[in-house]
Amino acid sequence: MRLLNRSAGRLSRHRRGPLAGLLVLVLGLLLTGGLYSAFAPAQADSTQAQEELVQEGRELFLVGCAFCHGQNGEGVLTQGGTQYGPPLTDVGAAAVDFQVGTGRMPMAQPGQQPPKKDPVYSEEETAALAAYVASLGTGPAIPDRELYDPETIADANGNGSNEDEVQEYVARGGQIFLANCTACHNFEGSGGAMPRGGYAPKIRGTDPKHIYEAMLTGPYTMDTFSDGNIPPDDKLAVIAYLQTLEETPSYGGFTFGGLGPVSEGIIAWVVGLGALVAFAVWIAAHTTRTSRKKDGAEA
Amino acid sequence: MSLGDRPDMSKVAKSNAGEPAVPPSRGSQRAGAVANWADERLGLGTMLKKNLRKVFPDHWSFMLGEIALWSFVVLLLTGVFLTLWYDPSMTEVQYAGSYDPLRGVHMSSAFASTLDISFDVRGGLLLRQMHHWAAHIFIAAMMIHLLRVYFTGAFRKPRELNWVIGCLLLLLGTIEGFTGYSLPDDLLSGTGVRAADGFVKATPVVGTYMSFFMFGGEFPGDAIIPRLYIAHVLLLPGLLLALIAAHMLLLVYHKHTQWPGPGRTEQNVVGYPLLPVYAAKAGGFFFIVFGACALLGGLFSINNVWKLGPYDPSKVTAGSQPDWYMGWPDGLLRIIPPWETHIWGVTLSWNIMLPILVMPPLMITILALLPFIEQWVTGDKREHHLLQRPRNAPTRTAIMVALMTFYGLSWAAGGNDIIAIKMDLSINQITYFMRAAIFVGPVIAFMITKRWCISLQRQDKEKLLHGYETGVLVRSPAGGYAEKHLPIDEHQAYALTARDRDEVYVPEEDDLDGVSPRGRRLARLRAKLSAMFFADNVQKPTAAEVEESRAHAEHELHELEHQIATGPNKHGPSSDH
Repeated sequence: MRLLNRSAGRLSRHRRGPLAGLLVLVLGLLLTGGLYSAFAPAQADSTQAQEELVQEGRELFLVGCAFCHGQNGEGVLTQGGTQYGPPLTDVGAAAVDFQVGTGRMPMAQPGQQPPKKDPVYSEEETAALAAYVASLGTGPAIPDRELYDPETIADANGNGSNEDEVQEYVARGGQIFLANCTACHNFEGSGGAMPRGGYAPKIRGTDPKHIYEAMLTGPYTMDTFSDGNIPPDDKLAVIAYLQTLEETPSYGGFTFGGLGPVSEGIIAWVVGLGALVAFAVWIAAHTTRTSRKKDGAEA
Repeated sequence: MSLGDRPDMSKVAKSNAGEPAVPPSRGSQRAGAVANWADERLGLGTMLKKNLRKVFPDHWSFMLGEIALWSFVVLLLTGVFLTLWYDPSMTEVQYAGSYDPLRGVHMSSAFASTLDISFDVRGGLLLRQMHHWAAHIFIAAMMIHLLRVYFTGAFRKPRELNWVIGCLLLLLGTIEGFTGYSLPDDLLSGTGVRAADGFVKATPVVGTYMSFFMFGGEFPGDAIIPRLYIAHVLLLPGLLLALIAAHMLLLVYHKHTQWPGPGRTEQNVVGYPLLPVYAAKAGGFFFIVFGACALLGGLFSINNVWKLGPYDPSKVTAGSQPDWYMGWPDGLLRIIPPWETHIWGVTLSWNIMLPILVMPPLMITILALLPFIEQWVTGDKREHHLLQRPRNAPTRTAIMVALMTFYGLSWAAGGNDIIAIKMDLSINQITYFMRAAIFVGPVIAFMITKRWCISLQRQDKEKLLHGYETGVLVRSPAGGYAEKHLPIDEHQAYALTARDRDEVYVPEEDDLDGVSPRGRRLARLRAKLSAMFFADNVQKPTAAEVEESRAHAEHELHELEHQIATGPNKHGPSSDH
């Protein structure tokens, strides 16, 4: 205490020195500036980067997307009045990330539901396109990793991997999945048929981010599962269940694509009955010790 | 034994202790002693002596019914195992077993015990899967056995009633399968029971009452699983066992049919005795069927209930199908247009009644009546123990192929969603196609099959009259080519000609004079059908025709050889090649 008083006293002696005011001013400015740069969002810089990204996205959009979706993403109608390419003004970045990230967009030609294929655009280009489309209006943003990655469940709670916690998520996710998704996507996520040639695609092996975005944006005939419908935490639970389903070994043996009783019936007839009829032929063709006599008699 | 003789007392015991009056036959070894002990008390000796030597003919197609029999035995064995662990109760429990993704989920005891069988009972999943695969094979084997019996004419007198029993077995087996499919109380089976509830409710007037009786109130209630269980493990297996016993007793009584051939007549059976040949073959086949079921159960997953989760009326999954044998009415249900009639505030759902409540009973009735219809048309009241080749009854064969085509198309329609996603088709287009195909397909199949059979008959006749094609091409001096035919051997010729000539029924107008108008119409109908059955068939050649053609062939052969020997071109087949 005495030491502190002494040093304070020494400092205090200079408080009316000629440079004191200037020094305090400099210190104040440094502190303010330092604190600002440490805590404030780097708005000036990032705005600029964002604008560049949007610009880059716009250029890509004009080349690859505008033919069907319009030069400003306003959509294009055919002469008959039907949609050639729908307007993209309010679809949001998540929709672009899903459609382009899974390779569904760009389509080879306008028409039926596009299939999943290898993405045409790189990740940076996809981000640029997403940024551009997001700049056209409202719509959901690309979700952060902790929203869709089940591995973050344990981390978020801060106490390392908590298996019970994860298991609770998985069980809850399974019930949500069966209540909302399996009607179209099948109980193993193998996919199913929709009217008029449409289909609910297979979701086994799909990137968790894309599953999350699909729920958020409802591509094609899929419903939109907004956060009011299925809260983000429940969406994460569904993804956790799907991942468990994929990681779980096939307990019963080969599954034939997880399609249900149709494939089982085919196996029963072709493999089961086929083999047994072949055995029947084999047994009838081999008669105990009398075969030679029989052959001789017939010849 | 006349009254005057002294009764022969040598075979009567002098006391009731000690040795029997008749000493055991000499050389009776230990096994013989045991058999004798049993025979003296059970009196089976005479029966076994006769039946162990019973002769069965040999052909692979006669073993198809055995597949059904043995898979039924597998079903009984594995089924008993499952009953030791399965709890047929709809009491709600919270799952606490080994399968993590369902832990803590509320479910019925029935489903929880199914999960326990799958994950916590040693060998439980294997036996559950064996039971399910064996059920698939049981019904499939019954069907191909039925086809064999029909295509070879083995259903004819005296076996018509056994045919009817077989049809009942097929029906009961299907119902047995459906009740078993429903027991796990998973999402798939619950959806099936829900559908069944809808079918029952579609019955006019009494539908709702019947549904409430079935479920003990509104669906799902808590009574349906115990009820289905008792039907599945007691009622239906009992009926199945009784009918299988009757089916096999009749088989023994009628004796087995056989293919025609030298030495085989309507009065005898040529083959091998039950012991040791058929006991070994049939007994061995049981182990093969058991092994096939075990392999399927061990290698191929079936009905992964843990992925479907417990039944909950608010949930449903794509790929919800019944097991394959219920697939064809489900297919009809999927493709029928939405026909409904609203009358006096009541809805008549034709779209459910026709495919589910009308078609299956109708098909089983048609199936059961086939022998009687054919008998009425042909007027054939004789006993038949020799089989017919399918080609020699073209119309009969064509009728079954038409029925099979109808069945197959309806069946495929039951998997319309899987066909749509796997073959990139539109489910709507599949529906439109099937709506037409189930009517047009059987007609086309009938015509093709009938003509095909007749062509094969023609080929048989050709073979009988002109011999078989040797593959030896002969060039005549004039430059023409001909293939050398040689007569087929006698045994083959016998087998080909061992059939009756078909006679078309033609009612004589004089005979119809005293007949009522209805009787006359029936006779005319019968005549028309008889003409359809037989008029186009190719009849076997007469003995004279065969003789003549043989002589002709020999003559031709000589002539040909003569030409070759004397002609300018010596490159034809010679005796030294």
